[in-house]
Amino acid sequence: MLGYTLKQLSEALQKKEFSSAELTQFYLDRIQKYDGEIAAYNFVNENVLTQAKAVDERRAKGEALPAYAGIPMALKDLIIQKDMPATCSSRILEGFVPPFQGTAAQLLEDAGFLCLGKLSMDEFAMGSSNETAYYKKTKNPWDTTRVPGGSSGGSAAAVAAGLTTFALGSDTGGSIRQPASLCGITGMKPTYGRVSRFGLIAFASSLDQIGPMTATIQDNAAVLSVIGKYDKKDSTSLDVAQEDYTKYLTGDVKGMKIGVPREYFAEGITAEVRECVNNAIKAYEAMGCEIVDISMPHTEYAVATYYIIATAEASSNLGRYDGIRFGYRAEADSLKDMFYETRSQGFGDEVKRRIMLGTYVLSAGYYDAYYIKAQKVRTLIKQDFVDAFEKVDAIICPTSPTTAFKAGEKMSDPLQMYLSDINTISLNLYGGCGLSMPCGFGSDGMPIGVQLLGKYFDEGRLYNLAYAFEQQAKLPVMPEKLK
Amino acid sequence: MKKMSYEPVIGLEVHVQMATDSKIFCTCSNKFGSEPNTNVCPVCLGMPGVLPVLNEKVVEYTVKAGLALNCQIRTKSVFARKNYFYPDLPKAYQISQYELPICEHGYIDIELEDGTQKRIGITRIHIEEDAGKLNHEDGYSLVDLNRTGTPLMEIVSEPDLRSAEEAKAYLTKLKTILEYVEVSDCNMEEGSMRCDANVSIRPDSNAPFGTRAEIKNVNSFRNVERAIKHEQKRQEKVLSEGGKVVQETRLFNADTGTTASMRGKEDAHDYRYFPDPDLVPIVLEDKFINDLKEWMPELPDAKRARFISEYGLPGIDADFLVSVKAYAEYFEQAVKAHNNPKGVCNWVMGELMRRLNDKQCTIFEAGITPEHLAEVVKLIDEGKISGNIAKQVFDESAETGKKPSAIVEEKGLVQNSNEDELENIVRQVLEANPAETERFKNGEAKLQGFFMGQIMKASKGKANPGIVAPILKKLTS
Repeated sequence: MLGYTLKQLSEALQKKEFSSAELTQFYLDRIQKYDGEIAAYNFVNENVLTQAKAVDERRAKGEALPAYAGIPMALKDLIIQKDMPATCSSRILEGFVPPFQGTAAQLLEDAGFLCLGKLSMDEFAMGSSNETAYYKKTKNPWDTTRVPGGSSGGSAAAVAAGLTTFALGSDTGGSIRQPASLCGITGMKPTYGRVSRFGLIAFASSLDQIGPMTATIQDNAAVLSVIGKYDKKDSTSLDVAQEDYTKYLTGDVKGMKIGVPREYFAEGITAEVRECVNNAIKAYEAMGCEIVDISMPHTEYAVATYYIIATAEASSNLGRYDGIRFGYRAEADSLKDMFYETRSQGFGDEVKRRIMLGTYVLSAGYYDAYYIKAQKVRTLIKQDFVDAFEKVDAIICPTSPTTAFKAGEKMSDPLQMYLSDINTISLNLYGGCGLSMPCGFGSDGMPIGVQLLGKYFDEGRLYNLAYAFEQQAKLPVMPEKLK
Repeated sequence: MKKMSYEPVIGLEVHVQMATDSKIFCTCSNKFGSEPNTNVCPVCLGMPGVLPVLNEKVVEYTVKAGLALNCQIRTKSVFARKNYFYPDLPKAYQISQYELPICEHGYIDIELEDGTQKRIGITRIHIEEDAGKLNHEDGYSLVDLNRTGTPLMEIVSEPDLRSAEEAKAYLTKLKTILEYVEVSDCNMEEGSMRCDANVSIRPDSNAPFGTRAEIKNVNSFRNVERAIKHEQKRQEKVLSEGGKVVQETRLFNADTGTTASMRGKEDAHDYRYFPDPDLVPIVLEDKFINDLKEWMPELPDAKRARFISEYGLPGIDADFLVSVKAYAEYFEQAVKAHNNPKGVCNWVMGELMRRLNDKQCTIFEAGITPEHLAEVVKLIDEGKISGNIAKQVFDESAETGKKPSAIVEEKGLVQNSNEDELENIVRQVLEANPAETERFKNGEAKLQGFFMGQIMKASKGKANPGIVAPILKKLTS
């Protein structure tokens, strides 16, 4: 069952090669066997087998079932699945079980998927290594002394280790693409407004987007086809037609123009990563693509701009964790102390750091100098993309400047950690789509990822480009020892 | 030493609860007075992962108010977050409008005591959500979030008001206009209209504005007037004693009629406003605004002018009729049934209002239809009943719903205009009161009233006074 695409699983279930219960049990067994070491799951759904059996019964009766009926999957622990804990890997959400259903989870459920559980992440999606998680610091399946990346580290590791068929992650500044790159899988950050954020616990509302993390391009396209739907419950959701992205996967990319922005190959990118990505570029050239050198001059301001906007929004979004209505509450004698202690004990250092930064940049007297300025720079960065997409169909660059680093290596240096996302952040400021897929391995044996960036709602084109490369490269998607 | 006189400078911020069925960002009921925490959902509870979706009615209502208050309507306005911690504020921010409010630069004309008009500027009207409510009981504070997400519009005036009376006139006018455009019930008891008053004083009208104090959440027109008057006196006292007025927020205590400091400027909040990324800007099409302009009912000022020109009513009567939309509607319906505007108006202002006060009901619940009231006036005008009988007929029609003419018929209340019969009655009355008759003949004119009363009594109220008077004169001259 391992190595099956979703389409193959769906067909196998329909042909009754195996049952949903067998498939689900297979994944539960793998979680049992490997998750002790990988530490990807915050929560495993005990009911999933019962749910799988119910699907099997319905199938046995010949009922009409949705396409993916009985296929298990898993969610990053900030995506709301009704009646399942949602912790954001934070102590402050200890015990919080949402009484409502999120849109992405609902769409997956409607398509027949079963939820195996919730995956670890950097606390409130703040981090690039999954080390800010309060409950479980996930390990990279390729080398467990290394980080899986973040913040969707649990999702990336679970897919890479075969502990789920696929997972949903969320990407605010690269949180799907960077861990996908570090774990050797495919991650897509869809266009802002493509996937409903209703049911996504907010980090930075104007940047967050849910996306699929998968072993193959085809699976990725299939999952986005399910969750990429307009939703009235999210005002920022865009009313565009739902698409079947698998239809784009022709492998014919001849004549496409791919831009190579020189700013994305700047210092900090290791020689290995650069070479590996350059090989991918050559492969595209060989497939008939036109490679165009481009410049995106405001790239150097992206990280600074991002940390102003994202932290400003986060400081506001995280105000609701006050101990009054849900989650963790500290004991204290007065209301003010209760607020104070709850938040002091409930949030970790990185979250506190960002709340303070965000509070500062929004405060009277600094608002114009920081927040307004950052919004202006954001407009310039967007314009870089608009200009680039007048010349090219897609942009190619490294996802992460390095392969997965050792656990603990960057924890004491937040700025160094922030630079892990240097090549992914700009896209969130622009709002377009971006995909990371494996393009080779470093001398340390760790996966290297290449990133394709596209304009608004151009996911189909990115999938086709990625598919063409994937068909040629035929890279292993899972460490040998876990097979 | 001559006591210094000061001029107050007053600006009002009025919060008006909109009369929508559901809340501003979710579909929960907006009903007042439900059991605590029953009109709530994950969205208005501010649960992690939820998002607000704007109720379009809220925009419609605010634009209606803006048009009625002569505002410019912004075709693109944005929501902002006002961040602060309080247990009744689930998200720890209130969604409001800050820069780019939906309506700006409006005005209301108010009438001053000397009869002149004064224009009061309206700085802005913006949309916001209400917070919840804390109930303090037995040492616990219980949070009721029914009210969170109740749509409010905040109407901010320019500091153009110069007395507590002007402030009251402004509020009264504002309430009337909002009722006309049906955006709020403006019920102050249920908190659907609340007012913050910014008050400062200065030595004369050329001096720069003084330091202001903000009096929060005053909940009746009378209390607004009292609070401003008290605050004015307090600031005068501070200055006359050589002190300085400090900028602060004060609370009005309705029991003592005084204001007390709530918080000073030193711990003033920094709300960290910024555009709410969860809500897209409100973009209004010209058609939307034009349709609402088309819809606009006749507003009080225009109605008043028309009542004076079309019906020849005195200004004071027109003021009364337009002060409540329903009064004006009632009046016009009645006039349609019987074209005596002044007569109808007198009956609306007199007997009908007396009945509303007695019964504590609205004009259309009073039991007497405009058509029936018109008929009462018509019966008088036709000389069929006297004014006194008319009151009796009015009451009975209101109680039973019967047609006044039917009541008159049934009870034989038709006015007696038969000169011979009336002369007989006058003679009998004069004979029964010889002493008074003598005095009346000798010129004691005030006995006229006494005789008229006696004649009415003798005729069971049916004597036509217009016919009786000359008879009385004839028989006593």
